[in-house]
Amino acid sequence: MASIKYESQLREPLVYGTKDYHQVTEDICRPIEAKPSKLWYIGFFTSVALLLFGVYSVYREVTYGIGQWNLNKTVGWGWDITNFVWWVGIGHAGTLISAILLLFRQGWRTGVNRAAEAMTIFAVMCAGQFPIFHMGRVWMAFFVLPYPNTRGPLWVNFNSPLLWDVFAISTYFTVSLLFWYSGLIPDFGTVRDRAKTKLRKRLYGIASFGWSGSTKHWQRHEALSLVLAGLSTPLVLSVHTIVSFDFATSVIPGWHTTIFPPYFVAGAIFSGFAMTQTLLLVIRKVYGLQDYITMGHIEAMNKVIVLTGSIVGVAYLTELFMGWYSQNKYEGYTFWYSRANLFSPYGWSYWGMMACNVLSPQIFWFRKFRRNIFITFFMSVIVNVGMWFERFVIIVTSLYRDYLPSSWSVYYSPTIWEIGFYMGTFGLFFTCFFLFSKYFPVIAIAEIKHVLKTTGESYKAKVGHIEEAPMEEFAYKYAHIENTGAHGRGSSGMEHH
Amino acid sequence: MAKKKFVVGLFNDEDVLFPAVKKVRTAGYKLHDVYTPFPVHGLDHAMGLRETSLHTAGFIYGITGTTTALGCISWIFTKDWPLNIGGKPHFALPAWIPIIFELTVLFSAVGMVLTFCYLCQLAPFVKKHVFHKRATDDLFVMVIETTGKTNIDDLKGFLSNNGALETYEEIAEDGWWLGRYDKDEIPFENRKEVAVVA
Repeated sequence: MASIKYESQLREPLVYGTKDYHQVTEDICRPIEAKPSKLWYIGFFTSVALLLFGVYSVYREVTYGIGQWNLNKTVGWGWDITNFVWWVGIGHAGTLISAILLLFRQGWRTGVNRAAEAMTIFAVMCAGQFPIFHMGRVWMAFFVLPYPNTRGPLWVNFNSPLLWDVFAISTYFTVSLLFWYSGLIPDFGTVRDRAKTKLRKRLYGIASFGWSGSTKHWQRHEALSLVLAGLSTPLVLSVHTIVSFDFATSVIPGWHTTIFPPYFVAGAIFSGFAMTQTLLLVIRKVYGLQDYITMGHIEAMNKVIVLTGSIVGVAYLTELFMGWYSQNKYEGYTFWYSRANLFSPYGWSYWGMMACNVLSPQIFWFRKFRRNIFITFFMSVIVNVGMWFERFVIIVTSLYRDYLPSSWSVYYSPTIWEIGFYMGTFGLFFTCFFLFSKYFPVIAIAEIKHVLKTTGESYKAKVGHIEEAPMEEFAYKYAHIENTGAHGRGSSGMEHH
Repeated sequence: MAKKKFVVGLFNDEDVLFPAVKKVRTAGYKLHDVYTPFPVHGLDHAMGLRETSLHTAGFIYGITGTTTALGCISWIFTKDWPLNIGGKPHFALPAWIPIIFELTVLFSAVGMVLTFCYLCQLAPFVKKHVFHKRATDDLFVMVIETTGKTNIDDLKGFLSNNGALETYEEIAEDGWWLGRYDKDEIPFENRKEVAVVA
């Protein structure tokens, strides 16, 4: 449809400059074909070092048991589950960008979806480590799967939110991976056909699955992307909903609330977008992709951050209100003493969360700050610190003083091996991300080319003069501006505007 | 799998490509394929390709996932090993909704991707003939299949008149084979040597 493809003169272009298709290929393939910089090596080996420290921490935990961590009977979930929920939350932005924004026809997603999806996959990989190693006897991890066994067969409990989580996270990981890779196949084809060395030709040939760019294949590819987006949309919302059920279906004060699912989903999008900002700001600078990941993208993501941050803020206040309004002693104690009282043992974490998640993102109401790179970068880190505090607050402040004062926990603080495990997942995440940014096209090449003709300076120049014409003339001229024959045909797949 | 003679026309603008595709079809030439660097909307219709039924396949896989989950869980919790959980009903449908949903999505997604790969012959180590290396960069590569009766020079002229930047003929394998992109092997011809040795 012609009307869908129209981009107003007033709208910021998705891609800056006057580029042709070949220029797009050149710009995005350059980092893959060039030698990695010194900075890349420093970053990569630092990540690997962190990863190795994590491996050693996990080795100690597996060998000597959960006692290596400072968990006790009262605080049975500590840093491990905090980190799990934190990483899963970060893993929500990628699929949100590629699926929900695709269904909403948000053209700007093309510049950022590939890297955000990669981030999603690596974050979910990191998240998965925590519940698995929290099992203690990790070699029994396969017990969570429902398979016919010789113990009865004794099945898993399908009514348990913890089992729902197993299904939700593994499905989410699989579907995100398939979505990501099916988008990568044509771009690997591009890299393969440009390759100069034998090794590159061979490896990218394998990775491209023999992609040729045939029209029939593109037609199916479009259909596949659209349906996968449709499937991923409820999926991405279900995953953090189910993670929140781990808490909400319990009878622990502070967890037993019905607002958890939307509140967790908003928080996940919030932290996911923040992590996307952190990574993309670095990538666009290091690889010189400022024309593709534009200020417009950064501003759009900052708008999402201020929206979701405020939703999370409303949820915090609602919880506090209900802690009083319910007149339930236990709820009141958890919310008003264990959390909101700054001078209670963990009061600092609650107010840290409030400052980072609710107060500081409010500066993004101002356009000047939304388009400031340094403030955006700083805020993206602050938001993820705040979101870590949020999970810590929910888990630890609800647990450490339970119904029975005799089992109230002494102050829970992590051991070096608990911290090491967390550091290790950072190592895993950034090792994967460094490899991705070096060997994979960090922007979806085909998708950028697809929107290229209807954005950028040459398009603006083309439509500029007719936009000033009277309405009727404008409508007539616009309807005839593209003589491609593509419009009015009811094309098969997705449109980007 | 057979070798055929093709005439290739290179275009650098989809606005020129569309009318050319129409003219090639009305002139009665057999359009083998058009290789494009990105999905050009409406090109499938212009070429007269039928709509894909991948969506339908996805729906069927999804339904399979739903019934698998519902069937397995209800059999396990009502027949095979009914667990008494606080005296609650054994057939606890609301509590199973999350897993039923997840399996629906999982079956549908995995099934569709595998079907997509099968239909497009996409797999690691698969190789297909590349008519022009810039088909994945910035050129729209129109490939027309010829027969013994086709007048190659006429066809080339016809393509040039309709906006092709360059035309050439090529003899190529039209299927896929297991091969490496760093080697220009001639597919299926090695078999003769094997046969001779045997």
